[in-house]
Amino acid sequence: MNQEELNNKLLEIKDKLIDIERKSDKRIFLPCEAKNAYAVNKFLFEDVPLRFVIATGIDAEDCFEVLYHFSNDETGCVVTVKAIIRDREKPAIESIAPFLPGAEWIEREIHDLLGIDFKNHPNLRRLILSDDWPEGVYPLRKEAKK
Amino acid sequence: MKETVKRPVLAVGPFHPLQEEMEFYQLTLDGEKVVDIDVRISYNHRGMEGISETLQFDQVPFLVSRVCGICSASHPLAYINAVEEIAGITAPERAQYIRVIINELERIHSHMLWVGLAGHFIGYDTVFMWAWKYREPVLDLLEQITGNRNNYGNVKVGGCREDIPNELIPKMLKDLDKLDKKTWMLTKAVLDDPIIHARLKGVGILTKQAAIDYAVTGPTARGSGIAIDVRRDDPYAAYADLDWNVISQPEGDVFAKAVVRLLEVLESVKIIKQALKKLPDGPIAIEVKEIPPGEGCGRAEAPRGETFHYVRSDGGNRPVRHKIRAPSYVNVPSFKASCLGGHISDVTITLAAVDPCYSCTERLAVVDGHNNIIHNYESLHQLSCEKTARIKKEIGAPEWKLEDI
Amino acid sequence: MSWKIKALKKSPWVFHVNVGACNNCDIEIVNCLTPRFDVERFGIKLVGSPRHADALLVTGVGTKQAAIRLREVYRQTSKPCVVFLIGACPCGMGIFSTGYHVAGPVDKIIREVDPDAIIAYVPGCPPKPEAMISGILKALAAL
Repeated sequence: MNQEELNNKLLEIKDKLIDIERKSDKRIFLPCEAKNAYAVNKFLFEDVPLRFVIATGIDAEDCFEVLYHFSNDETGCVVTVKAIIRDREKPAIESIAPFLPGAEWIEREIHDLLGIDFKNHPNLRRLILSDDWPEGVYPLRKEAKK
Repeated sequence: MKETVKRPVLAVGPFHPLQEEMEFYQLTLDGEKVVDIDVRISYNHRGMEGISETLQFDQVPFLVSRVCGICSASHPLAYINAVEEIAGITAPERAQYIRVIINELERIHSHMLWVGLAGHFIGYDTVFMWAWKYREPVLDLLEQITGNRNNYGNVKVGGCREDIPNELIPKMLKDLDKLDKKTWMLTKAVLDDPIIHARLKGVGILTKQAAIDYAVTGPTARGSGIAIDVRRDDPYAAYADLDWNVISQPEGDVFAKAVVRLLEVLESVKIIKQALKKLPDGPIAIEVKEIPPGEGCGRAEAPRGETFHYVRSDGGNRPVRHKIRAPSYVNVPSFKASCLGGHISDVTITLAAVDPCYSCTERLAVVDGHNNIIHNYESLHQLSCEKTARIKKEIGAPEWKLEDI
Repeated sequence: MSWKIKALKKSPWVFHVNVGACNNCDIEIVNCLTPRFDVERFGIKLVGSPRHADALLVTGVGTKQAAIRLREVYRQTSKPCVVFLIGACPCGMGIFSTGYHVAGPVDKIIREVDPDAIIAYVPGCPPKPEAMISGILKALAAL
């Protein structure tokens, strides 16, 4: 769909978002609370529809962020959902793997590297850390680097 | 049954000569059909995203160029697209054209590598030797421009490091003409061969819906009728100024993916010739003083698909977060959709069709109900060659002759 | 010189192990088999099991997961054997030395199993096939 149609579609879920940030014609960021991320992602993947690219987990000092990147190939626009997880003790978010098999691996990876729990993930086992890697050590967390 | 077998590392002997990357696949059979597949990766995890945060912005391209040996021009370019987006800068025109030329040369030698491997997997070692022989002139060209056959280290934030001397261009065009002819002959020979048709058509089908669900990219997607290509959809470097086509096929089987890759090589030669003829004069880099705070998404079309880099900067010298997504990360899991229900003798070629950063295939093991390994890669490859031999007998086609090329 | 070493030098059969490499070195190793370099004229053959090998070609930094496997493979390789570390990664890890998942460098991993292992280093990123062949032949001549 063209850029205008995409912009209109995004307005349909505006109530679930904190904001719609347009860095440029081709880069749109949608910050939202973690509890709304599932609905937003489902909307983008099934209703718009956009192609899923990857997810990025970030330890952002006062919160965790999980960024879900989608692509609208007709216009080259990348739409990124920025889910903010405020609970640093037990970070958790609803998994999108049930409707998006392509997200299965990346959620396992973020779980390995940042310790974020993906609720209802079909297969949340260790993916990329070695068999003898100690439990509870998350290499991409800020405290792990100090 | 998802438990890994006790001490699988012993039973799954790597096979020569193509056992490269280490991943461990476990397939479950019902009779001769594959009903389940599990995979253990980790052997290759070097923690690059973590290392990236300790390097400065201009050191990172050297690191990410080594994410994968054959996409070693695409990863730095995607990273640099992200950083240039944060900084709001555009590299000079000559640099954009040089980036195109290097990336397309890489696409050619990567696809030729794949053709060779695919030939090997179905028992056509002649294809393997010829395809890899024709890769060599491409690697020579890259060495003349950048100084290395792989790992070019040619892109930097703001432009390129090495220029293409104008005196070299006529020789390059001549070499490309020769390559064009040879590739065209190899393509025709492969695509016209009735045994290859019988062996690869209808095998390892990835349906369009499965391709969408698994979010695949590159020839894996284009072979299933999804005509996406970052060079056209989100143009970077000089692709928007050049005339070329996106190749796609609707069938979704291994043959369709082979057709896509072979025809893409011919398109790449077309692109490089145009870029060399239109190469503008001028500087190849601009000075970049600092990267302001911000976040950027950079992409490039690697030979295997879309390479995506996300970079976040806080105004300092180093990236705060750098996410690297190689195309194989989404393409390899789609093996689950294309392999289940298929025959065991097709397993090696189905996995190869995804072009998994070149070699997860040797980590294949097949277990029976009691968790005993009953097939390893060697025997799976043997089954694949036997199937080809059977088809040869049925169809009665003559042997491939070297003089045909 | 023992007859075993003599036999090894004539026609070394090699087994290739990747312990966390980017594949560049691995592709260049396979390139050695192709018509331009044709390494079989030296009697060098890639084999499918460490038990048949006289030499190991190791590429990669030695990740934690792969180190477990590498020790196993070294134990299984028939002795005497030579370990060739191909590329900058196994020789000294280079840019990956600060990674959290690396257990190398590879000579350290191998010496945990056998402190007297014979190890030869062929640096480069990746070393050109000519360099690899030259390195292997030089090391064999020095045995």
